[in-house]
Amino acid sequence: MSTTTAGVLFILSLLAALAVAYRYLGDYMFRVVAADRHGRVERGVYKVLGVDPHAEQSWGVYARSVLAFSLISLLFLYAFLRLQDLVFKVPDFATSIDERVFPHLAWNTAVSFVANTNWQAYSGESTMTHFVQMAGLAVQNFVSAAVGIAVAVALVRGFARRKSEQLGNFWVDLTRITLRILLPIAVIGAILLIIGGVVQNLGDGTMLTTLTGAQQHVTGGPVASQEVIKELGTNGGGFYNVNSAHPFENPTTWTNWLEIFLIFCIPFALPRVFGRMVGDNRQGYAILAVMAILAIGSIALTNVFELGGAGTVPQAVGAAMEGKEIRFGVSDSATFAAATTLTSTGAVNSFHDSYTALGGMMPIINMMLGEVAPGGVGAGLYGMLIIAVITVFVAGLMVGRTPEYLGKKIGAREIKFASMYFLTTPALVLIGVAAAMATGNWKTQLNVGPHGFSEVVYAFTSAANNNGSAFAGITVNTPWWDTALGLAMLLGRFLPIIFVLGLAGSLARQKPVPASTGTLPTHRPLFIGMVVGVVVVLIALTFLPALALGPLAEGL
Amino acid sequence: MRTPRWISQHLAAVRALVLFTVLLGLIYPLVITGVAQLPGLRDQANGSLVEVDGKPVGSALLGQSFTDADGNPVPKYFQSRPSASGYDPDATAASNLGPESIEDTLGDPALDPASEEGDGSSQALLTQVCARSKAVGELEGVSGARPYCTADGVGAVLRVFYTDGLSGRVTRAVSVNQACPATPFITSYQGVNVECGRFGEDYGKGVLVPIRGSAPERSAVPADAVTASGSSLDPHISVDYAQLQAARVAKARSLTTEKVNALIAEHTTGRALGFMGEPAVNVLALNLALDRL
Repeated sequence: MSTTTAGVLFILSLLAALAVAYRYLGDYMFRVVAADRHGRVERGVYKVLGVDPHAEQSWGVYARSVLAFSLISLLFLYAFLRLQDLVFKVPDFATSIDERVFPHLAWNTAVSFVANTNWQAYSGESTMTHFVQMAGLAVQNFVSAAVGIAVAVALVRGFARRKSEQLGNFWVDLTRITLRILLPIAVIGAILLIIGGVVQNLGDGTMLTTLTGAQQHVTGGPVASQEVIKELGTNGGGFYNVNSAHPFENPTTWTNWLEIFLIFCIPFALPRVFGRMVGDNRQGYAILAVMAILAIGSIALTNVFELGGAGTVPQAVGAAMEGKEIRFGVSDSATFAAATTLTSTGAVNSFHDSYTALGGMMPIINMMLGEVAPGGVGAGLYGMLIIAVITVFVAGLMVGRTPEYLGKKIGAREIKFASMYFLTTPALVLIGVAAAMATGNWKTQLNVGPHGFSEVVYAFTSAANNNGSAFAGITVNTPWWDTALGLAMLLGRFLPIIFVLGLAGSLARQKPVPASTGTLPTHRPLFIGMVVGVVVVLIALTFLPALALGPLAEGL
Repeated sequence: MRTPRWISQHLAAVRALVLFTVLLGLIYPLVITGVAQLPGLRDQANGSLVEVDGKPVGSALLGQSFTDADGNPVPKYFQSRPSASGYDPDATAASNLGPESIEDTLGDPALDPASEEGDGSSQALLTQVCARSKAVGELEGVSGARPYCTADGVGAVLRVFYTDGLSGRVTRAVSVNQACPATPFITSYQGVNVECGRFGEDYGKGVLVPIRGSAPERSAVPADAVTASGSSLDPHISVDYAQLQAARVAKARSLTTEKVNALIAEHTTGRALGFMGEPAVNVLALNLALDRL
């Protein structure tokens, strides 16, 4: 079988599995978030939390609960990172905490994991103890993912409810999503990964003498339990510096398939939840179609560029193999790269910095699209619904009718929230890049010329969109970079969440207007095409100049 | 007295975080670790160690170097791919050099390249590829020639100076990766004599021009032999690279090449289910099989 045929079959098999996940995982998640009854364990949880599960929250209270939980998480994780050496210090690093985890690195890392970004300015194996990885970082992998899904569900309730002030209860959503969706899949996935060869122990590994007499330290750690939620929750923070390229995180060709499936399964299944909750499955299919069109296009282009192997070094080598593993090959590496940036994951199984110029541009574009195809868990769905709102608004302007989506009028208040959501990340990216260039902090880049500029653009695009992958040549563990990217991650996560919940609150309050002949049907191919067009056009207008100075200058 | 809402929210947040930390940060990973340490999973969960005479000699999943103390390849062993960390699992890293990383930084001739600080030189990715190709070619007795590489194993790259900056007549051409007194890989470019590269001179105004040369598109030295992996721990090499090394290994061990090729075939992992990933040869497993003969 040729490499190309195998690569195409790999993608098709993923699509088939995701179609099954859309239907069944989607229906399951719908039952979880829409359930009326509380399980016995859950009632125990609510008692411990001191919350009344039947008391629903207005958008303001829901937002304050999200922010309170995230703020407490941030403070706790910062302290944990700085104090990690006090308890169960395995591996027993020779360096002290002040040499390993500077305050600016702890700030950056704490924000990064709370904001579902998992940008890593450190190498796991030489910086973090097993204890802080599993009880600090991996916990945020679960709950930051649950926060994203909860906010998406709250927005959908805004569409589904009529004349209501209530969007649900954040603590109930957080608990159910964590216990009934994330945890069971994580348990099954972790065991599958261990079967494939991912390590899972609490020791410091084994020091051994190799065949030629050299010393090698075979590392240990609770990797599988963290690896699975890193993909499932679209977090992306690797146990090791080299992330999912490491044979202990991603040992075989089929674990590679499994990890891509885990990355995609929840974001692609959430439109089903949307369709079920608004009582019209066709609306879910329409959103799914937009996501699928953009995702398949991007995966295909990344594969074409990487297999084409343009550029001086790939031409000299005969393939774009620098930074890629033999077992995955070029095609499955390119597919992983597209998957990790189409969602907000940021895990990598090959190093994007060494990709061909245009192949490396695709991950940047995927992130610039706002990570909506299918996007991070929850964040992808609410991002896409915001774009759908903008689309009906644009369409309404063109024909001169009051825009409405699912019976809810898109008036001045709604479009203000949607616009502010849409402007936040591009503003953070472009201001951040400009600041790095103006202040001379770009000089920590590894590569020179346009590729070095791409490293800077990639860094802020990744941080503001909460992705976490990198053109990793650039050195970012400096006070300036840690602080600036930390701010980009924090604002890029929580400002949009506030705007989404604000929009949800104002939609829930409305009484739906009945559909008339003038209503734009939002489940037809026309609408699907328009949403795709809005995504591509708005992003192209915003980011083309930056791309032209970076990857386009290098590759064309 | 009722607690104000803004405090009760934070109290709920603190309680939630403590609860989830216990559940997801302690109970969940410890249960998974418990399951992982059951017979049948324990070997994988502890790093897939490979033992010889009861002593671990490596992990089936991690690559290692098969070089002597001076870094020279041991002829009786198949060689792994280049690695950005030297196969050190405590410092995994990729090179992160881009597709147009083609211009080296020349060393200061006044400094000793072997000293601790070095001479300040650094190789672009292209020169690394060319140098590896030349070395592997010499080791295996084939031509290491590649496109964009000079015969002495550096990137074939010129800085070309024009009368009007980016256009006009060529006034000067420098082979920037070949430090003087090297002989440039071509004598002239568009009628202008090509100079060798001098340390400390600023060639920034010249245009970078890689020169393709006449090497065949497919080199005798495979792609994976000249590129570093992403993990720096890649346990595999391609089937092509293994077959290239077969003759040398056979000679060092006084075996027939057929016998060694048969072992390569035995240790080649195909694509899972026929379509996942690429066929790969596990270098440690192959070398251990040779040692057992």
